[in-house]
Amino acid sequence: MEIWNRHFECMDRDELRRVQSGRLIETVERVYFNVPYYRHKMQEQGLGPEKIHSIDDLSKLPFTVKQDLRDNYPFGLFAVPMSEIVRIHASSGTTGKSTVVGYTRNDISTWSEVMARTLTAAGANRNDFIQIAYGYGLFTGGLGLHYGGEKIGASVIPISGGNTMRQIELMRDFGSTVLACTPSYALYLAEAIQESGISRDDFRLKAGVFGAEPWTENMRREIEEKLRIKAIDIYGLSEVIGPGVASECLYQEGLHINEDHFYPEIIDPETLEVLPDGSMGELVFTTLTKEGLPLIRYRTRDLTRLNREKCKCGRTLVRMSKCLGRSDDMLIIRGVNLFPSQVETVLLDMSGIKPHYLLIVDRVNNLDTLELKVEVDEAFFLDKISQLESLSKKLRDTLESALGLSIKVTLVEPKMIERSEGKSKRVIDKRKF
Amino acid sequence: MIIPQLSIFLENKSGRLTEVLEVLGKENIKITALSVADTSEFGILRLIVSDPEKAKSVLKQHLFTVNLSEVISVMAPNEAKYYAKVLKVLSDLDISVEYTYAFSRGSKSIIILRCSNNDDAIKALKDHEMELLNASELYKI
Repeated sequence: MEIWNRHFECMDRDELRRVQSGRLIETVERVYFNVPYYRHKMQEQGLGPEKIHSIDDLSKLPFTVKQDLRDNYPFGLFAVPMSEIVRIHASSGTTGKSTVVGYTRNDISTWSEVMARTLTAAGANRNDFIQIAYGYGLFTGGLGLHYGGEKIGASVIPISGGNTMRQIELMRDFGSTVLACTPSYALYLAEAIQESGISRDDFRLKAGVFGAEPWTENMRREIEEKLRIKAIDIYGLSEVIGPGVASECLYQEGLHINEDHFYPEIIDPETLEVLPDGSMGELVFTTLTKEGLPLIRYRTRDLTRLNREKCKCGRTLVRMSKCLGRSDDMLIIRGVNLFPSQVETVLLDMSGIKPHYLLIVDRVNNLDTLELKVEVDEAFFLDKISQLESLSKKLRDTLESALGLSIKVTLVEPKMIERSEGKSKRVIDKRKF
Repeated sequence: MIIPQLSIFLENKSGRLTEVLEVLGKENIKITALSVADTSEFGILRLIVSDPEKAKSVLKQHLFTVNLSEVISVMAPNEAKYYAKVLKVLSDLDISVEYTYAFSRGSKSIIILRCSNNDDAIKALKDHEMELLNASELYKI
């Protein structure tokens, strides 16, 4: 089994800790002297870089959350002058401001390195044809995979997302061996291939690297059977770097975190205490080498647990279990992040309805569906079907452009949506993760 | 000549119509005419009842979305050509019919109409000597 960077991926854990400590000290100095936001936050707690001597001091440092990135929109948390930034990505589908991330030339090189590790762990090398069906553009998926693919010397096919018939045609004609996309799109493709009537023997596909949304072991089995490939889970988030933060090896027993670059902690999302290995909690990352946008103790809101045992593949990097939940109410629908509050913002601005709503998420034929049930405003209700239909259409159009997601709108009778004391239930997620 | 009609917003959910009728039944409200307009997702139930104000308030108490709307009613022999004649009077004057429904009683049919302008419609129908019903006449049928 190939390993891209044996030196770091199989490093003795004590040595790794020394590397992490040295890099943390540098990172803290970098943010303290270059990012006013971090300096103020550390000064408030009486902390300076001189108090950080090793990775053991990490828990002294304050947390960073997504809102901090938004509050400093667009470039306020960057730790280098803009002349050093060579790439900017931004997240889609968030309330108000999007989350902006910047990369220096070294960051792009780090990203390529961790993606090279990811692809190698999935069994890919210079002889492979990697079909990248993740979206290219501001989303980090496409370009992240792209640079990693080029780094290992594979033949990269930057087809981007969508256009299923063309995906299938090129997959066959070019002999793609590795597919990179969301797991739900992989299943969708698998079914489209079956329906196309083209024989599986006409394809050379052997592996897929899938991420950007939660998926179950059942889904994995289904993808593996239908496409006859190894389905590898990859994890990342644009704030930390994009894809390449962690990935499975062919043993599929947890995702190896590239912890020489991204240091993970598991915390209790309520008390914010650091939890021991093996406990389920919220994943927190501190970047150890990033220059453009270093992050200190960034709360991912993803729930998982860590395992520091050496893997059968020889890697010593800590493994995280598949992420299956979140500590906030963010939904991931067809790879797009959605907070119920975004829907609420739209509803508050609309006349004809009350901001009492219920979002119903389901997965039908392997594609996520989103339905909004919303109460009609009694004062608005007249005797006309056409009026209700245009209300429903206007709501759908407004939501679709605000969320970047297609949505079904169902008008319901006033007071039909359950009111509860305190926090009311806004979401029913019927998907099985 | 304007007749108050109840319009009730209903989700397409089994049992909702029954609930409306049960609520009205308990109050001894009589139904003269009923019609449902529906789409795949929701419907509007339209009712002409003996005591529309009371019906509206009890339905509201039971959390239904209800409003009063205005319709007009014409009595004509229950043959298609008379129904056609009524509609033609209106269309000749560019008065559009938003919806209509009818029921018959013996040899007569009672036509309910909601027009773009009910007052103009009443005038036009009167001019053509159509037999318009007022609310109390309608309830007696």
